[in-house]
Amino acid sequence: MSVPAGQAQADGGLRATARIRAEADARGTSRLPVLDGEGPLAVRRIRSAGREARVALVGAMSAPLGGDRLTVSAEAGPGARLDVTSTAATIALPGQSKRPAHYDVRLSVEEGAELRWLPEQLISANGSELRVTTRAELASGARLLLREEQVLGRAGEEPGGLTSRLTVRCEGRVLLDQELACGPGAPGGWDGPAALAGHRAIGQLVVVRPDLAHAPVQPQMLGELAALTPLAGPGLLVTAVASDALRLRRVLDEAVRRVVP
Amino acid sequence: MHLDHSHTHDGPAAVSADAVRPDGRRRALRVGLGGPVGSGKTATVAALCRALRDELSLAVVTNDIYTREDAAFLLREAVLPPERIAAVETGACPHTAIRDDISANLEAVEDLEDEVGPLDLVLVESGGDNLTATFSRGLVDAQLFVIDVAGGDDIPRKGGPGVTTADLLVVNKTDLAPYVGSDLQRMARDAKAQRAELPVVFQSLRSEEGVSEVAAWVRERIAAWTAA
Amino acid sequence: MNRATLLVLADGRFPAGGHAHSGGAEAAVAAGRIKDAADLAEFCRGRLHTSGLVAAALAAAAAVGVDPLELDEAADARTPSAALRTAARKLGRQMMRAARATWPSAELDALASVRPKGAHQPVVLGLAARSAGLGPEDAVYVAAYESVSGPATAVVRLLSLDPFDATAVLARLAPDLDRVAADAAECARRVPIEGVDALPASSAPLLDIGAEAHAAWAVRLFAS
Repeated sequence: MSVPAGQAQADGGLRATARIRAEADARGTSRLPVLDGEGPLAVRRIRSAGREARVALVGAMSAPLGGDRLTVSAEAGPGARLDVTSTAATIALPGQSKRPAHYDVRLSVEEGAELRWLPEQLISANGSELRVTTRAELASGARLLLREEQVLGRAGEEPGGLTSRLTVRCEGRVLLDQELACGPGAPGGWDGPAALAGHRAIGQLVVVRPDLAHAPVQPQMLGELAALTPLAGPGLLVTAVASDALRLRRVLDEAVRRVVP
Repeated sequence: MHLDHSHTHDGPAAVSADAVRPDGRRRALRVGLGGPVGSGKTATVAALCRALRDELSLAVVTNDIYTREDAAFLLREAVLPPERIAAVETGACPHTAIRDDISANLEAVEDLEDEVGPLDLVLVESGGDNLTATFSRGLVDAQLFVIDVAGGDDIPRKGGPGVTTADLLVVNKTDLAPYVGSDLQRMARDAKAQRAELPVVFQSLRSEEGVSEVAAWVRERIAAWTAA
Repeated sequence: MNRATLLVLADGRFPAGGHAHSGGAEAAVAAGRIKDAADLAEFCRGRLHTSGLVAAALAAAAAVGVDPLELDEAADARTPSAALRTAARKLGRQMMRAARATWPSAELDALASVRPKGAHQPVVLGLAARSAGLGPEDAVYVAAYESVSGPATAVVRLLSLDPFDATAVLARLAPDLDRVAADAAECARRVPIEGVDALPASSAPLLDIGAEAHAAWAVRLFAS
């Protein structure tokens, strides 16, 4: 970390980190002792009607651009409840740098805590090159609701290059490890009949909850292009593809209604 | 394929046609039923189940072309409790699953023995296939081949591995012979010529005797298997 | 080690249950995503670079002696579809039976004891290669090739596709197969040092979605 946070690197890329931490106070209400953003990663507290702490990621400038290294870390301390959303879609754009941009999300859900990570879509614009990693670590009794949506290209445009790896660990064991690669530079067949078949919006919904270890959900289809399946552990996954972001969101919203009590 | 069976008893599960299960008990007799489409294999299986279920502990494995059709028929007919009927998926090729790659069938048979056993008899039914389809000796101990009079009275003369080598040839639907112009005497003569001493049974499941001759043959087989 | 052993293990007639599985092709055909040889080629290419790569890396890691149970868990995490986990374990059990009959080994017996209903097929395949005296560079090829030969054979049956066209599809995939085999072997080499996280996790959304749709059909030709 020799480069000053939130500032330009030698080749024009930005390095920025946002940190969020929620902790439950003595009365069980979640507070935000850490809420830091910088550069393109601004974070804002949202008023909450319940005991959970609510935060929105605010798009303060266009990012990530080529060469950027953005990191968001969100933690829910023991027993805390944290909801994170974003105010707008994130758009990966080409930048001055020829190097890919990196966007790393680090989620930590400690004992008995609950994190709802529901950002808006990630849009891979033509000419961009982005590597996303999302890692969620859950302690015992922790709960997670996570939604990821990737949209390939703005309306009518060819997508950029995108790889996105999602890893969920429960008490040290890997529950889910999945990587999606698409756009120029992705291995052959990414848009073929095995993978996307021309669909431009892809979504995942992950639910981790202790009770799912003993009472796994039954696999079910949500229309023809989305499936809900139990994971090999205390979780479930909805995988969906759709022609556009709106249709994708409709399916994932329906999935949330079915699986979140 | 099987280089040496001697190692298999040390391991956690049987590898192929071993007569003894890993727990030391002698396994069930496995009888295969093959034959062309529509010859009455599933009806014969159903009739055998009804004839034998009160005296023997038995189960059925079906190998369907379309996944579970024969199993579904047996379930509808309630010839056995559902947990005693297993369907093997064959990728459109039942003859592969009963002869060339018997692994899925062996697992189905072993799972039935584990879950509803001990069993005396497992009937393994092939999906309707052609005249060349026979069961591997790694899968079954005896096989019967079911043809019917309506399929043409020249089938015994034409031969083929099923007709020629099956331990029992069953000529089914004899009640239809007068209507389809099949000559039962000729079928018997041709079968004898093809099969020498191997037995042939003519049956009509609609008659009073029904499946009794085939059931008697199965009982003899079980007696021999148990005594061995 | 005899090089020719590779031919026995890679033979499409090796009796380990593969013939009853379409590798997702039956669902893709039914959905209208595979209609001809060109679609089959794209389907196979996509499958090869995703689940084929993962399978090849798992097989290679098992072939170099990484703990098969750890690999089995890694395979679970990389197979989010319950239908595909079931299929992989079913095929793993069948591969185990064939391998123990063909190349008996204490390692195969040990894995069969703790996973009597089957470990993930690529893990068993890698261990079978190891028991047969083959190395990871062999195991990757068997796994990668299987990931495309299964769908190709199935589509010949499902669409009555010209078998010469289907074989030509496989032949044209040779450069991709080489690349996947090399990448998978490289990942597997890192596992003993970096752990199973070094294994690839590439996924193909419609394979996962199609597998769940297919598993719910009342009538189908293939098991997966």
